[in-house]
Amino acid sequence: MNRLPRWLLIALAVGPTAGLAAFYVWPFVTLVVEAVDATVLADTFGRAATWEVVWFTLWQAVASTVVTIAVGLAPAYVLARHDFRGRTVIVGLLTAMFVLPTVVMGAAFLALLPDSLDRTVWAVIGAHVVFNLAVVVRVVGSLWEHLPTDMEAAAATLGASRWKVATQISWPLVRPAVTAAATIVFLFTFTSYGVIRILGAPGTRTIEVEVWRRATQLGDIGGAAVLALLQLAVLIVIVSWSTIAQRRHAQAIGLVPTSARRRPRTVGERRFVTLVAGAVLLIAAAPLVALVVRSFSTPTGWSTAAWNDLGRTEIRPGIRIGIDPVEAIVNSLTNAAWATAFAVVIGALASLAIVGAGRAGRALDGGLMLPLATSAVTIGFGMLITFDTAPVDWRASWWLVPVGHALIAVPFVVRTCVGVLRSVDPAMGDAAATLGASPVRAWRATLVPYLWRPLAVGSVLAAAISLGEFGATSFISRSGGETMPIAIEQLLGRTGSILQAQGFALATLLAATTVILVVIVERLQSPVTGRAQR
Amino acid sequence: MNDGVVDQPGLEVRDVTVSFVVPRAKGSGDHDPSDRHLVLDSISLLMRTGEVVALLGPSGSGKSTLLRVIAGIIVADSGRVLVHGADVTARPTHRRGVGMVFQDNQLFPHMSVLDNVAFGPKMVGVARSERAERAVRWLGRVGLAGFEDRRVTDLSGGEAKRVALARTLAGEPAVVLLDEPLTGLDRELHDRLASELGALLHDANVTALLVTHDRDEAATIADRTAHLTDL
Repeated sequence: MNRLPRWLLIALAVGPTAGLAAFYVWPFVTLVVEAVDATVLADTFGRAATWEVVWFTLWQAVASTVVTIAVGLAPAYVLARHDFRGRTVIVGLLTAMFVLPTVVMGAAFLALLPDSLDRTVWAVIGAHVVFNLAVVVRVVGSLWEHLPTDMEAAAATLGASRWKVATQISWPLVRPAVTAAATIVFLFTFTSYGVIRILGAPGTRTIEVEVWRRATQLGDIGGAAVLALLQLAVLIVIVSWSTIAQRRHAQAIGLVPTSARRRPRTVGERRFVTLVAGAVLLIAAAPLVALVVRSFSTPTGWSTAAWNDLGRTEIRPGIRIGIDPVEAIVNSLTNAAWATAFAVVIGALASLAIVGAGRAGRALDGGLMLPLATSAVTIGFGMLITFDTAPVDWRASWWLVPVGHALIAVPFVVRTCVGVLRSVDPAMGDAAATLGASPVRAWRATLVPYLWRPLAVGSVLAAAISLGEFGATSFISRSGGETMPIAIEQLLGRTGSILQAQGFALATLLAATTVILVVIVERLQSPVTGRAQR
Repeated sequence: MNDGVVDQPGLEVRDVTVSFVVPRAKGSGDHDPSDRHLVLDSISLLMRTGEVVALLGPSGSGKSTLLRVIAGIIVADSGRVLVHGADVTARPTHRRGVGMVFQDNQLFPHMSVLDNVAFGPKMVGVARSERAERAVRWLGRVGLAGFEDRRVTDLSGGEAKRVALARTLAGEPAVVLLDEPLTGLDRELHDRLASELGALLHDANVTALLVTHDRDEAATIADRTAHLTDL
């Protein structure tokens, strides 16, 4: 066997492992060990307010999930099965909605809804539905487009009406995908934070928001920690249940490469497709349009004042409110640059180590995914209470926020790179060896060159994640170091039409930047290796 | 079935024409009407009730397309389809009384063998016990007695084909369409199934149209052979 030398694998893995230990494991352990004890547990669970928050979190997540699935099934079907003009626009729009920062989505719904609906649970659920529609369309649609259309035709030749085909054939077959999509939507909405910080009111707080409120507003570190762990426990239960449920329902369906998408033929089909496509277009575009429109509107009419005055910190001569949008943009860009650099270096080293090492590689892979499973709020909270005393009083350090962002971005970099590296045919390395290359030379010549392209994709993803990150940032950003999402939340939380309009302008800017970055990612992603990717 | 009605054909296809839009290699979703490829050009076919006809033709000649038009899965540009004298052209698939055995069977993977075979009777409202009975009977006739509770994903190629056949026949359709039903089976199994299939279709006294590219198979199963190019 032409194995890589152990020293090389250790050298690759040491950086990522140390980073994970210092900035994830340690804060998490601190959170559990230092903040939680029997008194705090009894105290937190004894309070009725705690259960109100848990109850609200649960029911709004269930409601959001049910509505998202109900709304999303028809578009999933139409987009999977039919080809029509504007199809790619709708798919792109849904994807764009999904990748928008949570704060931007909150802002868009604030812009869209009349004042009477702002800051109600209905606004929250609406934002959750639009946000997660892409999950249903992608997850359910990707199974649906691989189900043979002939199976539905077969049922029809046996006398099944359209309704019978839908309920007795299509539904049972797509149900595993619906379960998977529902789980993802539930996880997102159960841990919803940014949307609720913008759209929520005192009665509509999720566990995440309550963790933030107790930790930073009330100084109840213990209570906040208990809630963060409670949430984690619920998430673990849900994910385990979903995994088991999907395994139970999974069946070997004769999946076809992709059933040909066809243009709607009959009048009924054409009407259905038009109706669904129109509805999706309206649902997805309206909040974005509202965001832009509101950034130009003032009580006295249309105006570019909000955009022109982004750099002015005085709202009236001599009166400052302490929010500087231009500075927030600069801060965000600086943070994103550093976070991307950290995530790319750590992600590249980790990916090479994961692909090169066997079991230890899988352990590192799993470890680096943990920050994804933990909520960003929990990560930020852990860092906040860990790095606050000498010699690790790093709260004022410029690099703490980028490191937090990198922690959340690394899983995406690693997933992108490992997927490509695993698809490189190992026989190329053997070929290099037969030509006289040592294991390390062969590795450098045949594997490492394939790293650059996915790394480019990963770096753009990392930048997008950093720019929109709100959960962890809301704990660890210093005053004066506000990022764009933080500034948006603060601006929209103030009264005053010019501040609101500035918040919408900043949100528009962030939305546009994110969408551009994601378009770049999609463009960069194309098969680059010889072996077929699975 | 309709032995007494001599003048009424079991299946009639009149001047069916089908064309597909050929997608352009590059460019948007706009199609020029001239980019159409004629798949079936004014095809007509007349079959007596209870007759088994084999339809021959090279692959890609539109044999499967014709079956799909008859079953109502594809809408023809023009032409009519009549079953027992009734014009079914405008009827949806499930109300045509036309059963079809698909080339790749299309068994429902989430149902047992029994539930697959009982699906047709279920759709027309046959009571549970009776449709189970009927499914068991048909499974026996295709030589799969005892397979009722098996998963369709665990069947061999020949077994799956028999289940597909039993499923179609259990629905008691007026017309049965078979799209290359024996393609992909090994030689010995192919020959055995071919003679069984011929006997089964004749016993059921069903009007059956079989698509194949194998002359021997056509001769074994069918009463008559037709070439798509001659229709």
